[in-house]
Amino acid sequence: MPQPLNYLKETASQTAGPYVHIGLIPAMAGFDIFEKNFSNVLVTPNTQGERITLEGKVIDGSGTPLRDVLLEIWQANAVGRYNHPADRSTSAPDEEFRGWGRAGSDFESGLVTFETIKPGAIIDKTGRKNAPHIDVWIVARGINIGLNTRLYFSDQEAANAADPVLNLVEPAVRRKTLIAKRTERAGKVVYSFTINLQGPEETVFFDV
Amino acid sequence: MNVQAPALRDPRLDRPEPLTPPLGDGGFFQRDRSMHPPAHAPGYKSSVLRSPRQALLSLENSVSEITGPVFGHNDLGPLDNDLIRNYAKDGDPVGERIIVHGRVLDETGRGVPNTLVEFWQANAGGRYRHRKDTYLAPIDPNFGGCGRALTDDTGQYYFRTVKPGPYPWRNYVNSWRPAHIHFSVFGSGFAQRLITRMYFEGDPLIPVCPILTTIPDKDALERLVAPLDLNASAPFDSLAYRFDIVLRGQRSTYFENRTAGN
Ligand SMILES: [Fe+2]
Repeated sequence: MPQPLNYLKETASQTAGPYVHIGLIPAMAGFDIFEKNFSNVLVTPNTQGERITLEGKVIDGSGTPLRDVLLEIWQANAVGRYNHPADRSTSAPDEEFRGWGRAGSDFESGLVTFETIKPGAIIDKTGRKNAPHIDVWIVARGINIGLNTRLYFSDQEAANAADPVLNLVEPAVRRKTLIAKRTERAGKVVYSFTINLQGPEETVFFDV
Repeated sequence: MNVQAPALRDPRLDRPEPLTPPLGDGGFFQRDRSMHPPAHAPGYKSSVLRSPRQALLSLENSVSEITGPVFGHNDLGPLDNDLIRNYAKDGDPVGERIIVHGRVLDETGRGVPNTLVEFWQANAGGRYRHRKDTYLAPIDPNFGGCGRALTDDTGQYYFRTVKPGPYPWRNYVNSWRPAHIHFSVFGSGFAQRLITRMYFEGDPLIPVCPILTTIPDKDALERLVAPLDLNASAPFDSLAYRFDIVLRGQRSTYFENRTAGN
């Protein structure tokens, strides 16, 4: 027998269940308990960058929006820097931007929204340039282990075409499932997305 | 099976303890999906329409995945880890008083410091304080049912609460959830993000739970069951349960080529 490696095993995931709001967004469960709450607003008045609204739905295999889903997003700041010590890039940090937020879907419509900024392009440690994107993590009743996907931006066509992750997606026709569409509404920039859990337009999910 | 092999034999491998390489900024160990429930688990009926059917696309971790949100004590309030007091209106909540404690570790056995742990649960009667929960057991006016804590430098966390009750749910006609506490954990990178549940030693509902039995690996299932920890109990006050949580390990970048300036 060789020597044992003795690594531990990752704890098993369990579904977040229908009452995930109690722990993560208690106001949505219907009560007020913490002095400070996390939210879907990532910006302060002093955050650098272009203000955007991200909005979309998560759709099940019957075409119905999930009305009990919770999304978290994680993104770089306006110049492509993550607010974390493992980001060794030389881009400027922004103390007014944590880069993370969470949102529950509306109990009637299933709509999920975030108020954030558009991230900059990211140079990773291998020197590759990554198109601006936002990491998305999805949990809900019926989802046994959180789903990871990304959102890219429809107006970044050249950067998207050169993005190393988008270029891994085969067949290429599935790349469009990761692109949020830019529109303007009452002077505000809105990026819309649809995350399909199943079906011919199934969103690309990543094993990260 | 963990298939990740180190690029070079490290002398620390010759020790029987878990390997503890220097804090890495490499990617996380490949997730061993046999330790997790499959997305599509027909015995848990809600998973049928909510499980992707295409293969996941495997990504080498980039800076987007090895980074993640950083939290601090400024994000929390003083009662956030005391569920007996954090929603009390005119007295203590009803139920068995318990302390839950443990460590957040990674797969190398190293404690994960300063990471946010969030938890939520039903009250002692099995009822959730949630606008969508209609179970006939009563709401406890003195119990909210949620809390949160930051791990200390060694990965330790703890909180105080009352033991949750089991509750029925619509899966089969007579499906009951074993008593459990939901946990949300961050780790240092977004790819470590995890939601799980802690169950209680000795609960007879554990082997018949349609959600728990989605986990194919028996040992992985048992690692969600917290033992009674009498040594950590508070005499004449609270029993204690211990629940350790393991997040993915992170590779060290011993011999990786880097481009200049990174
Ligand atoms: Fe539950």
